Amino acid sequence: MGSTTAENTGYDNGSAGVGRRDLIKRSVALGLISVPTMSFLSACASGGDGDSGEKVEKGEKTAENPLAVNESAPLEIVIFDGGFGTKYAEDAKAVYEKKFPDAKVKFSSTQKIQSVLQPRFNQGTPPDLIDNSGAEQMDMGVLVGQKQLADLTPLLDAPSVDDPNKKVRDTLRPGIVEMGQFDGDPVWIMYYAYTVYGVWYSQKALDSLDAAYPETWDDMLAVCEKAKKKGMAGWTYAGKHPYYIPFSLYPMIAKVGGAEVLDAIDNLEPNAWKHPAVKTCFEAYYELYKKGYILDGTPGLDHIQSQTAWTEGKALFIPNGSWVENEAAKTMPADFDLAVSAPSGIDSSDKMPFGTIWASGGEPFVVPAKAKNPDGGMEQLRIMLGEDSSKNFTSSVKSLTAFNGGTDGIELTPGLKSGVAALEKAGDNVVNPRIQDWYVALQKEKIGVGGLGEMMAGRLTPAEAIKKIQGYADEAAKDDSIKHYKHQ
Amino acid sequence: MQHGKYRFIVGFLAAPLTIYGLFVVWPFIQSIYYSFTDWSGLSPEFKMVGFKNFTRMLDDEVFWKSFQHSVLFVVLLPLVTLTLALFFAFMLNVGGRRRKSAAIAGVRGSSFYKVVYFFPQVLSIAIVALLFQFAYNPNSGALNSGLKLIGLDNVQPDWLGDPDLALWCVFAVLVWSTVGFFVVLFSAGMASIPRDYYEAALLDGANRITTFFRITLPLLWDTVQSGWAYMGILALGAESFAVVQIMTVGPNGGGPDYSTTVLPLYVYQKAFRDGQAAYATTIGVALLVVTLLFVAIVMKLGRRERLEY
Repeated sequence: MGSTTAENTGYDNGSAGVGRRDLIKRSVALGLISVPTMSFLSACASGGDGDSGEKVEKGEKTAENPLAVNESAPLEIVIFDGGFGTKYAEDAKAVYEKKFPDAKVKFSSTQKIQSVLQPRFNQGTPPDLIDNSGAEQMDMGVLVGQKQLADLTPLLDAPSVDDPNKKVRDTLRPGIVEMGQFDGDPVWIMYYAYTVYGVWYSQKALDSLDAAYPETWDDMLAVCEKAKKKGMAGWTYAGKHPYYIPFSLYPMIAKVGGAEVLDAIDNLEPNAWKHPAVKTCFEAYYELYKKGYILDGTPGLDHIQSQTAWTEGKALFIPNGSWVENEAAKTMPADFDLAVSAPSGIDSSDKMPFGTIWASGGEPFVVPAKAKNPDGGMEQLRIMLGEDSSKNFTSSVKSLTAFNGGTDGIELTPGLKSGVAALEKAGDNVVNPRIQDWYVALQKEKIGVGGLGEMMAGRLTPAEAIKKIQGYADEAAKDDSIKHYKHQ
Repeated sequence: MQHGKYRFIVGFLAAPLTIYGLFVVWPFIQSIYYSFTDWSGLSPEFKMVGFKNFTRMLDDEVFWKSFQHSVLFVVLLPLVTLTLALFFAFMLNVGGRRRKSAAIAGVRGSSFYKVVYFFPQVLSIAIVALLFQFAYNPNSGALNSGLKLIGLDNVQPDWLGDPDLALWCVFAVLVWSTVGFFVVLFSAGMASIPRDYYEAALLDGANRITTFFRITLPLLWDTVQSGWAYMGILALGAESFAVVQIMTVGPNGGGPDYSTTVLPLYVYQKAFRDGQAAYATTIGVALLVVTLLFVAIVMKLGRRERLEY
């Protein structure tokens, strides 16, 4: 409330002869006038910035402590409690506590990352390490654009926990570091999980149809027809969250038309969606609807409901990410034999080989720019990226981590095994559409719900869907209230 | 005796007015102020941008869609809910056949129905929305299963997944969950109408419909009017937000294809998903205007002579 008091004091000094009563009257009047003034409000809006921004002092830099963490400084971690649970992070926290016994570590988890953390960002008192994930994920593009995140380059250049001669950077899976960058060199986000996206199915169900996973679209339609005859739908998807469809549709577009088609889409280039490959793939998917290969009622199902229908054997294929193995574990029969495949293409004239898949980082960890103990946050990440913690994660939640390797000696579950195999088959043909993390609202709500969801429910033709989506993309491209990014 | 009257009144009103000013009026003033800034809600820094948010809002298609839906809600929801509630309350209190003991009574089993109607009030709106989400599940929900049961295998709507139906599905839930409150409110109002009026009407040979329109409704008008304003505010604010956000499609509700988005939901999305708090407050200002207009109209239209009894 800076302004009122300041002005009042000024008034007080300058009016020595004014009686006490008058002074009170006048200052009340003055208060009334200056109440809606800017400085007053901005003081309220920015409340709490008095004690923020004060970082804890750095500790001593040693071989054991390359990030110079203050050994007694408190650390606060907030974890998203979702498909992967929180145990892996608690285990890693225990390692930190053992290493720095004087540090008080505050650990909490929530499913509502945004509701819990946005006010703290606004006050300038965010925690030191956040797993910004889930349905209430804070928009990374916005966080980066508002300069709310710390650059993680020191972490990447620090030696790894396992091998002092190797930088953390060199122990990561391909694409992880780039994914944490938005514009230029700074790395804002450390994706901890490594997600394989694609078409998920039960190998057992497929075997019962006497079919192999179809590599071309004609084969795909044939398999769906076979399934239909057996009373099984070909496909289902999270109808209420149709932005799951791109998990198999985008890599298919890349396979048919080349990865540069997806880059153009990410860059919001004019007419990017009008590329013939996009049209071909949209028409292929639309055909699933037209031929009745989509499970009835799918547009009204959410992700859990559609996954349940799929594990119950009502549908053969579902576009999803590798978290599905953990998330659907409860309803998945023991002999389900979960498998994932790269999307089918159109035919042999496709630009990229069969096996082209979307794989990228998941579970984005960030250290806020205004965190009090950013070194502690990064040190915690460094621990998590070590082989032990990584193995712990993989074996307990059935997902790969950003750490390259760490699967030796663990018995891989069927889905995980199939995911590793799919990655091996893909080799260099891994695509990573960034529209998903660059423009959340555009990808999920507009393209997903407004475009793809409507098309797959049969309410838009592919041509109409493309026109609508291109319109959304053009809108986003000229909307100056969102920050724009480009592939380097 | 007049001397010091105002000081006396002010003395009593000071505390409540201060609290009202601080927690009700002040946030309004603040949000109006923020609507002229570019505040993101993620960091305390912002600057003034003049009317930029407002011009942007007028060009925003999604805003207009939310606006339409909110206006539709505020017009139709009170109408449907209150009409139903009046009908139920009348049947429960005066609509019954004459029985030996009392000349004026509700239909048989009315005390049981009262409990049934009021039941949804006991549940939080979030639970109601979740329950209905299951009922609307096109694959295994109660509604489609019911349709199958009576042989309508071909009529299996997607309910919340269908842009033409979704808004009405939400509408139905809101009616279901609020009608009980007004049944109780109107029942209380009807209980305070002297029995003699009804008896006199009965002696004159008035039927139920005449009794309702000539006696019950006019004497209940004040209650109906406040009920109308209250329902309208529910329709514009918290309840519609909760139901739409929980039940409908999309990352934060509002779909399919923006078919159910309402103003408070759009405020929420802009502030807490897109990090555009200033623009959200701008939409909030629009919502404020709509609400005030609504209440003004209700008050103006509903003005009638008061009856004392």
